[in-house]
Parts: sequence; C-alpha cells; structure tokens
Amino acid sequence: MIANYGYKDGSGEYYISIDTDKCIGCTADRACLTACPKLMFEIITDDYDDEVAWVKKPNCRTLAYDCADCKPSAGYTSLPCMTACTPGAIKHSW
Amino acid sequence: MITAGIDMGSRSIKVVLVEELKVDGAPALKYGVKKSHIMMPGDLDQDVAADKAYNEALAAAGLKKEDVKAVFATGAGRKQVAFATEGVTEMTAGAKGANFMFPMCRTVVDVGAEEGRGMKTDAEGKAVDFAGNEKCAAGAGSFAEAMSRALQMTLKEFGEASLKSDKSIPMNAQCTVFAESEVVSLIHSSTPKNDIAKAVLDAVASRVCAMVRRVGIEGEVVLIGGMVHNAGFVQSLKTAMGVDTVSLPDMPEYISALGCALIAAERQH
Repeated sequence: MIANYGYKDGSGEYYISIDTDKCIGCTADRACLTACPKLMFEIITDDYDDEVAWVKKPNCRTLAYDCADCKPSAGYTSLPCMTACTPGAIKHSW
Repeated sequence: MITAGIDMGSRSIKVVLVEELKVDGAPALKYGVKKSHIMMPGDLDQDVAADKAYNEALAAAGLKKEDVKAVFATGAGRKQVAFATEGVTEMTAGAKGANFMFPMCRTVVDVGAEEGRGMKTDAEGKAVDFAGNEKCAAGAGSFAEAMSRALQMTLKEFGEASLKSDKSIPMNAQCTVFAESEVVSLIHSSTPKNDIAKAVLDAVASRVCAMVRRVGIEGEVVLIGGMVHNAGFVQSLKTAMGVDTVSLPDMPEYISALGCALIAAERQH
C-alpha cells in the first residue's frame, strides 16, 4: 500500500509517501525512526496487522515547516529519512 | 452472526449492523445489512454519544448487545468508542464498504464533513493507495456548508443552484475563513447566487480531485460520504476528475460503517 501523509494548501502539495510493501520486514533496521531530526516517524500496526512506519499525526499538518531543515535550502543534498530508508519506501512530494 | 460497524464522524455517528447469511452452495460467505442508523450527537462526550447511537440502532433492529459478536469503530473519533472491540482507519473501512456495494470499484472518493480522501482498492476491497488532506476542511463538506450559510441557502438548495450555472468563477482562497470573504465580495459585486454556488463546489471538487489524482483514477469510481448527497458537488467532481460516470451508493454516508462491520465479521473467522 502507498500511504500518503500530508496536505495541500495555498503554498503547495506536501506529502510523504510510504510504500508499506517495502516497509514490512524492514532491512534497514527501522533507521527512519532515528534519522529524522524531528523524530516524525513511528512504527504502528496497520489495519492489515502489518508493522509499518507512519508519520505522526501532528506532523502531518506541518510537514512544510518540519521538513524545511533537511531540504537543500538548509544545506542538505539528500534527505536524511530517504537516505536512511535503504529499501526505498519513503518519498517526498516536494 | 451479527457484527456492528460504527463510523464516528466529526458531524454524525453512523451505525450499521451486518448479518452473515447462510446461502447453500455459495462459494463465499454472504452478508446482508440488518439495520443502519444515523445520529447527530447532542452530547459533547463522544463515548456517551456513540453508546446512545449504538443502543438506538440495536433497538431499531430489535437486537440486544449480546446478539452482536463484535463491534468495530472507524472515523475521526474511533478511539473514543470505548466499547468497540477494535478500530480501523477510514481508508480501510471505506474501501471495504465501497467494494461490497460495487465489486468492480477500484477508485474510492470519500468526502465527509471534515475531511476528503482518495483511495485505490484491489479486488478484495483492500486499500492499496490513499491520500487525504490532514490540514484543513477546505476540501470537505463543512466548507460547502459554511459557504451555503453565507448565501442563506440550505445545502440541498446550494447543490441545486450550482447545477443551474454554467459559469466558471475561480476561487483563489484555500482557507474556509478567507473563502467566506471572497463569497461576500462576489455577493457585493452582484454575482448570481447560482454562479457563486458553482464556484464554491468547483473549488471543493478541485481540492478533492488533487488528492484523487495523487493515487490515480482507475477502473470504476465510487463516491462515498455525506457530500455525495449534493448533486452539484458530484457534477463538479466528475468534471474535475474528467470522468463521465461515477457510481453512487443509495446511502453514501453509511459506507464506511458498513465496511467496518464487514471487516468485523471477516475477522471472526
């Protein structure tokens, strides 16, 4: 399942997509949990009884601001969460 | 076996009781809707309101609590339903319910009072892709309701009025509060009410459509949620998505509760 967490507002579309098929049985030892400086990810058991990562609810409404520190304007060339997720389950829409 | 699904929406509580039917020779289990019930909560305590809605549904169906094998909850307030056996997300419940009503459905658009979302589902009714808007109500029913109030119309009149307009007036405001002032400006510039209604519903549809496009439009498209009662919105959404036909359930606001009750039944096996 592709789970899109985030929102669209007047300034743009801000979604973090998590491919749960790649997330189940994570081979990166859940590195996303610690890679994100804002600790936005957590592991939940979804409706199909699979343990997957999701974006914490409060962060879903403030992604544009929460992720700003890791974007190129802040000096990063690659996003820490996407780099840490070696199975390639995490993507940003912006 | 009877199971219940409770959809604790931000505006209303929907309860659906589902009964497993014994059909000799059928390759799969069959389910039938025993009773559906809706309640606008008059109590701020969601747990109390859910309990009241559930008891009313049981009474209407002539059932007792012990007749129901499992109660699953969904919706924004699902965690407040203390007596629920389990909770499932709106995506999982909506996809399941839509698939039960329309087995060929692959795209589900759910627009309720506070939130709109798009989902892609597989042949078994499992959600395979979803996108919602977790920030504001601009792409949902309460936005349309606030705008209809500004025009001093009921939601039904609002939808019908929009169907009488063929003008496209873009609404720039993304936020309900600012959009209301835009509507007031349109009223002051003597824009006909029909055109304003269409502008508002087109704006809601375009925001919902952005979420649906994120998951992709595929196969039969089913619209669920209370906003589907608004004929003007359905027309605006069809135009925004670029589809000629969409499938509309008779009681679109109950589909998530139905899906929830079906998931509860399946998990008893």
